[in-house]
Amino acid sequence: MNTNKKNYTRRSFLKSSLLSGGGLMLSVSWLSNANAATGKLEALNLNGPEERWVQLNGYIQITADNEIKLICPNPEFGQNVMTSLPMMVAEELDADWKAVVVEMGPHDNTKLGPQFTGGSNSVRMYWKPLREAGAAVRQMLCEAAARTWNVPVAEVTTKAGVLYHASGKSAKYGEMASKAATFPVPKGVKLKAPNDFTIIRKPAKNVEGKKIVTGQPLFGLDYRVEGMLIAMIQHPPAFGMKLKSFDASQALKMPGIKDVFSLKLYEDGFEQGGFDTRSFNDLLVVAGKSTWEVMNARKKLKIEWVPAGDTKDIMMGRGGKREVIVPGAPESTDAQLRKMQEYARKPAQQLRKDGDPETAFKNAAQIIERTYNAPFLAHNCMEPMNFFAHVTEDKALVAGPLQAPGWMEPTLAKLLGLSPDRIEIQMTRMGGGFGRRAYGQYVYEAALISRHLKAPVKLMYTREDDMTYGIYRPMYTATYRAALDKDRNLIAFHVKGGGIPENPVHANRFPAGAVDNYLAEGWEIPSNITIGAFRAPRSNFNAAAEQSFLDEVAEAMGKDPIELRLELLKRAKENPVGKNNEYDADRYAGVLKLVRDKSNWGKPGNEKYNRGVAAYFCHNSYAAHVVDMVTRDGEPYVERVFSAMDCGIVVNPDAAKNMVQGAVVDGIGNAMFGALTHKNGAAGQSNFHNYRMIRHNEAPKLIDVSFVENDIDPTGLGEPPFPPVFGAVANALYKNQGKRFYNQPFQPELDKRVQG
Amino acid sequence: MAIFNLNVNGKNKRVDADPSTPVLWVLRDHLNLTGTKYGCGMAQCGACTVHLNGTAVRSCQLPVSAVGKEAITTIEGLSATGDHPVQKAWIDHDVAQCGYCQAGQIMSAASLLKTNPKPTDADIDNAMSGNICRCGTYLRIKEAIKTAAGI
Repeated sequence: MNTNKKNYTRRSFLKSSLLSGGGLMLSVSWLSNANAATGKLEALNLNGPEERWVQLNGYIQITADNEIKLICPNPEFGQNVMTSLPMMVAEELDADWKAVVVEMGPHDNTKLGPQFTGGSNSVRMYWKPLREAGAAVRQMLCEAAARTWNVPVAEVTTKAGVLYHASGKSAKYGEMASKAATFPVPKGVKLKAPNDFTIIRKPAKNVEGKKIVTGQPLFGLDYRVEGMLIAMIQHPPAFGMKLKSFDASQALKMPGIKDVFSLKLYEDGFEQGGFDTRSFNDLLVVAGKSTWEVMNARKKLKIEWVPAGDTKDIMMGRGGKREVIVPGAPESTDAQLRKMQEYARKPAQQLRKDGDPETAFKNAAQIIERTYNAPFLAHNCMEPMNFFAHVTEDKALVAGPLQAPGWMEPTLAKLLGLSPDRIEIQMTRMGGGFGRRAYGQYVYEAALISRHLKAPVKLMYTREDDMTYGIYRPMYTATYRAALDKDRNLIAFHVKGGGIPENPVHANRFPAGAVDNYLAEGWEIPSNITIGAFRAPRSNFNAAAEQSFLDEVAEAMGKDPIELRLELLKRAKENPVGKNNEYDADRYAGVLKLVRDKSNWGKPGNEKYNRGVAAYFCHNSYAAHVVDMVTRDGEPYVERVFSAMDCGIVVNPDAAKNMVQGAVVDGIGNAMFGALTHKNGAAGQSNFHNYRMIRHNEAPKLIDVSFVENDIDPTGLGEPPFPPVFGAVANALYKNQGKRFYNQPFQPELDKRVQG
Repeated sequence: MAIFNLNVNGKNKRVDADPSTPVLWVLRDHLNLTGTKYGCGMAQCGACTVHLNGTAVRSCQLPVSAVGKEAITTIEGLSATGDHPVQKAWIDHDVAQCGYCQAGQIMSAASLLKTNPKPTDADIDNAMSGNICRCGTYLRIKEAIKTAAGI
């Protein structure tokens, strides 16, 4: 089976230098086969070149007085990379983790690599480069000690930032750093075997934990400089609308207001990159001295909005330039659902076909057909979109929360007419990202506003601005069909999925490869409602639909749902059907077996629970959950969850557990409550009073997280645990309610039941 | 605009602001105390929670003109060196993911424990369900509160 394992080949260029004041600084450049980058592009529904060369780079600084500073290359949005990435360096450096200082690096793709937070790729992408950097410096320090002590280098050992020799000599790293810096950087230093890890695989606390609990200014909204103005943008009340005219006379009279003006984000014909999505192009800006004054002045604007009509975007993607017509007509959720049903009946694009599914379905003794729907979702990062910018004629400083500085820099350069080396991007800690902050439109807006005002400015979205802006998880539907023969064997499987505006189907994922006759098809409906990556794009729908469907198929086959999956995976392993199956059947089965054991699935003692199981593979990792539901105060409530993960080596076990627990809570919340609807193009939800978020009392009492223990290089964890939660909740809900739930979110249907 | 003399974290602070300005924005924009967060502006998420005379309030809904002489405590003033039992418990349990909501969570939890030093799970649910954590760290929040309470 092709398990789609990515191989990394790289050549390294390491350079050491003396720190001013004594000590060593290692700059490490790698030329890396960027399969990792390709993976991330896939994750975000972009088609990147298969082989793209990028530089990965890390910094290690050791001062003469023994301060060891490690630079984190990737922006932090809660996945804890500021801790886990430096842990990887410290492991091979053999540093004393407790004494290490970690700093967020500046944006510098040449020195620090891709610096992309997303696609569950940070640890995976930096796994080898950062350990190699640490190992090289450790070797240089050993060499310095060996020469100083006049002993063979092989006899020098290290432990927790100290060099030792059997003769009794010892020295802190700082004492040897200046000497070490004069040596050439060694190549191909042997890395530790996993058995020898002392930092990796040991729980380490969040390096910014203390700053977080004491309210230090870590986030973009906390960023400020003297004389900074606050700006807000009034966007149209509905998708498909645009600014016609405005009267700012009242607003300008309000205290603290500096300016009200309109400007265009992209000029006509602007060539947008893949992550330059924007919902509205004509910006109406209010700028003033303080947040409250700007909020109030904005209410005094008199604005005329008009239909935008069909518009044309120029997108730069794989294969060059293409024109995209954005339909202007206002859309409503009810009409969108009807249109999706209509499209679902039309012929669609074939994505994969194995065997002869048509004949198999024709000859089937039983066909199970079910359709699943899911709405748009807003990311709802707790910190709304915001960015600081100070743009002058010859340079720009922008600072704030963003996931992909390297993708935003070229667009900023084009918009501002500056060369990239005149643009400085600083990354603050992000108050959540979930994919939203990979789209840089708010960064560009801030920069253009600063240029217009000739002043440092912070652009801030209110919660309402943020929730109604767009860049949502798309609206999806999928119809699954299973054909059973007279002995209730699964003989054919068919998935036909589509969405507004993208098709969700992953044609080469399970159960592809496990069924003789298989067909996957997809279709898409264009829309003016903008979309973006949302924690495990497409997977977060597919896992819900497919894993609910498999539950129903297992029931029809008279099989235990875990047993059915394991049988299919056995087939996929021993005698795979078709080509390009994306998953490793053993690892997939591994998480199912682990969650079966941990939850005592099928064993006595769990009778009080309505149990649902689901498993999924995405972003190179495997996840399975058993959800235990009870009825509490007349309502279904997920009281316990057992989670099993296989993401290879777990760098920071406690933080990894936190991430999985959070993904489970997020999954339950979105499955039950998450929805963003539209009426005549206007978002139906604008703040947390009408967009229901899961709350403290609705979270499970227990989320038991287990990891498959192996020595496989680590893969992603931010996204993989999230998608199968939806399916497990749906399957538990079936047991709890005695009926299947096909439409997300599930709560409205439950509410109807209560009322009806 | 009007002058207000506020008691913030034990210090007298003079602020010139519109009387309707929510304390949230007075703290953030006028006093540069940015630990108190904006999340929704309508008392739905709890990110802006501060203490008014020791009781948790949503500062986004509290106009500066309504404060008078009452003492405002923000996350920056909860303890001198960040060692309030709730802050310590938050670190012990490594609660935070993105961390944005945690100042509000901590202020709600500290207020709860002040009036109810040994809360039950149901008490914690009641006190904490006004604070949204988008990352889903609720289980650790509950555990940390129990640790801080010594239960």
